[in-house]
Amino acid sequence: MIYLNLFWTFFKIGLFTFGGGYAMIPLIEQEVISQNWLTYDALYNYIGISEATPGPFAVNIATFVGTSQGGFWGAICATAGVVLPSFIIILIIAALFKKFSQNRYVKGTLSAITPIVCGLILATGLLVAAKNLITNFGFWDKALAFDFWSLAIVIFVFVIYFIYKKATKKTLSPILIILLSGTMGILVYSFI
Amino acid sequence: MEKNFKNFLTLFWTWFKIGLFTFGGGYAMIALIETEVSEKRKWVTDAELTEIIAVSEATPGPIAINSATYIGYKTMGFWGSLFATIGVVLPSFIVIFLISLFFNDLLQIEIIANAFKGIKAGVAALIILAGLKLFKSVKKIPLSITLFCLSFLLTLSISIFSIDFSTLYLILIGGIIGLFVTLISNVKNKKKNIINDSQTETKTEDTIFTDNTTDNGESL
Repeated sequence: MIYLNLFWTFFKIGLFTFGGGYAMIPLIEQEVISQNWLTYDALYNYIGISEATPGPFAVNIATFVGTSQGGFWGAICATAGVVLPSFIIILIIAALFKKFSQNRYVKGTLSAITPIVCGLILATGLLVAAKNLITNFGFWDKALAFDFWSLAIVIFVFVIYFIYKKATKKTLSPILIILLSGTMGILVYSFI
Repeated sequence: MEKNFKNFLTLFWTWFKIGLFTFGGGYAMIALIETEVSEKRKWVTDAELTEIIAVSEATPGPIAINSATYIGYKTMGFWGSLFATIGVVLPSFIVIFLISLFFNDLLQIEIIANAFKGIKAGVAALIILAGLKLFKSVKKIPLSITLFCLSFLLTLSISIFSIDFSTLYLILIGGIIGLFVTLISNVKNKKKNIINDSQTETKTEDTIFTDNTTDNGESL
């Protein structure tokens, strides 16, 4: 039953995503790839699109995966699944608790979750960069090939990001980073 | 706010706009929420908005959905929260659904496939940048740093050695550790308060606060 499976998978993902959309990526990767819903490359194409389109990342990626597996109703089930945990939890908090964020148990729990999520996100980012660089990453019995251009683009984005930040005191928006790296991709892979 | 059809529509439309015009998710959204919800509509005060953002950070899920549900409920109850949440989700749903219909065909075009090779590198940079940003908000105490290192190394090992372990448990274990540490430090504080006859004012307040909130903590 693909609809129920989509709903339940994204419900779990929605329930355990603290600290914004990026914390969701390792969870989504594990779930989606272990169920053979998407290939690694397809997933990261979707993530790229999700970054460049409006709305919360969680909804975008759920809609994408849902559509790819079960068409329109698949999209509905996955999106409902990812939204529902927050909806229920916030409803309870809004109705019953005052000063929820000041509660010391909430603060205590969160103070341990934040460093874990942070380690998770940083490791994921490095892994994505490593998998772009090394084909067959993780399949160590296969022949390794390297794509050094992908590393060059990562470094290029970092340089631009920090120059922009230094110059304007503002952070470069994700959509500009996607556009920039896409343009670099065309230049590097089509013309060099 | 009066619960009539027009007001529900206003609520829905306001959140639809917020969903449609925020790129890059999360914190980019806060500025727009402030103008639309707090300045224009006066549904919440700035202080309430700050609390809502703090609650969103302390609960799972996207900040956009959390704040839509919260403000929807505060203005017009359950149905308000439903309208606001559907409103904020719908634009992304429509846009992504339309894109995904012809996305695979687009990728057959070589130049677009190459763009996406570049975008994949950009996504790696974005994720690393998000991690670095979050690291700033991690308290630099031994416990946090240990948890950070463990989670970082474990996530790397899971992927490199194809270990079958869901990162979901990592977050769950973190939450349990955090809760235990708070409980233990609470018990210690209480003992101190019993031993010390001359309690300082702050300590008394602290105990009262803890007693009041025990229910909240346990029912989570």
